[in-house]
Amino acid sequence: MQQRKYLMDLTPIWLTLKLACIATMLLLIIGLPVAWWLSKGRSVFKIILEAIITMPLVLPPSVLGFYLLIAFSPQHGIGKWLHQTFNIQFVFSFQGLVLASVIYSMPFMIGPIKSALQQLPIALSQASYSLGKTKRQTFIHVLLPNIKPSLLTAIVLTFAHTLGEFGVVLMIGGNIPNVTRVASIAVYDSVEEMDYAAANVYSLILFSITFVMVIAVFVFNKYRLKSPLE
Amino acid sequence: MISVDIEKKLKAYHGQQVLKVVQKFPAGSITQIYGPSGAGKTTFLKILAGFIQPEKGIIIVDGIPWLDTGTKIFIPPQKRMAGFVFQNYALFPNMTVQQHLEYATNDIAWIEKLLFVGKLETFAKHKPEYLSGGQQQRLAILRALAIKPKLLLMDEPFSALDPEMKSVLIKELKVIFDELGTTVLIVTHHPHELDGLANQELIIT
Repeated sequence: MQQRKYLMDLTPIWLTLKLACIATMLLLIIGLPVAWWLSKGRSVFKIILEAIITMPLVLPPSVLGFYLLIAFSPQHGIGKWLHQTFNIQFVFSFQGLVLASVIYSMPFMIGPIKSALQQLPIALSQASYSLGKTKRQTFIHVLLPNIKPSLLTAIVLTFAHTLGEFGVVLMIGGNIPNVTRVASIAVYDSVEEMDYAAANVYSLILFSITFVMVIAVFVFNKYRLKSPLE
Repeated sequence: MISVDIEKKLKAYHGQQVLKVVQKFPAGSITQIYGPSGAGKTTFLKILAGFIQPEKGIIIVDGIPWLDTGTKIFIPPQKRMAGFVFQNYALFPNMTVQQHLEYATNDIAWIEKLLFVGKLETFAKHKPEYLSGGQQQRLAILRALAIKPKLLLMDEPFSALDPEMKSVLIKELKVIFDELGTTVLIVTHHPHELDGLANQELIIT
């Protein structure tokens, strides 16, 4: 009976999957043009922007979460303005989790795509331009199809990384059941309550999803890249 | 008529050298360009195509300035539409032979003619990785011709072809160049390989 209760409470898993899907889609939309722009040439501005995008890789998630909490608090600055003008509240809400996930997982989307675009010979773009094609047409018809394996890697890494977020989502979203209580927080909560069976169910589901995704990338990229996570 | 007067600094092993070309290319002429490695032959073609900008210079094509560093005129490669055959072909790995040509033009009859000229009809559905070096090189030539360019820039375009294929292809290309009135610049390490195709030459040192 106790076991049945755990299996039925899958809201944190659905919430996590929803968060990962939305964050990955948003990052794909944001990440493709940004990665393309970053891949072309170097300037001080680009270096600084790239460093900012890369920061979540090295920064403790709780630090990032703390700054987001301060920045989007409805009592001050941007958070207050957003709340008063658009009635949007990022702190302790699902939107806040999406915002934090997009920022936190950004290097996982942009890094592989930028790197793959830089590795393509410049002559491919030049050949397309010489046929009268615009930069946009060249990106869609020539560049993007030729970085498919890296694109898939970026999507899967972003999705899997969002699934596993803990510190940053806890800081900005808290632990509100059905709203911000994602699977990683549910695991922590269950362990705190000494409910190892529930923690095991959540952990096993997260482990299975990520394992299947990583295996799929390895199989898809087996013959295309030297390293499946290139 | 294409009138060129350009100057571009090149990085060389022993420091810098300057590529300077002052030349006129009559409409419909075929010019072979040769000179030592590293002299800037490929760079010159890329300047004409608009891929590289020189420090100083003017390029005027049929009275239209494509480049004038003095008045900051620069027509981008997309508007110049100079056909370009790259030394390393630069074929699109994601496209078949047919798709390469369809990407360049919607003219089905022209695509069929080009496939015939390049002897690639039976390879229309093949991607570049499944073509031999010679077939890839022919596809690079056909792709550049697909846009019916008024200016065609070819960087060692016959290096991977066997003598028989080269001879047949050169004859076919000569007819196409005449039909289109294309001005052609061909970089070659072996001036004799063009089988009399060229009617003027440019030495870059």
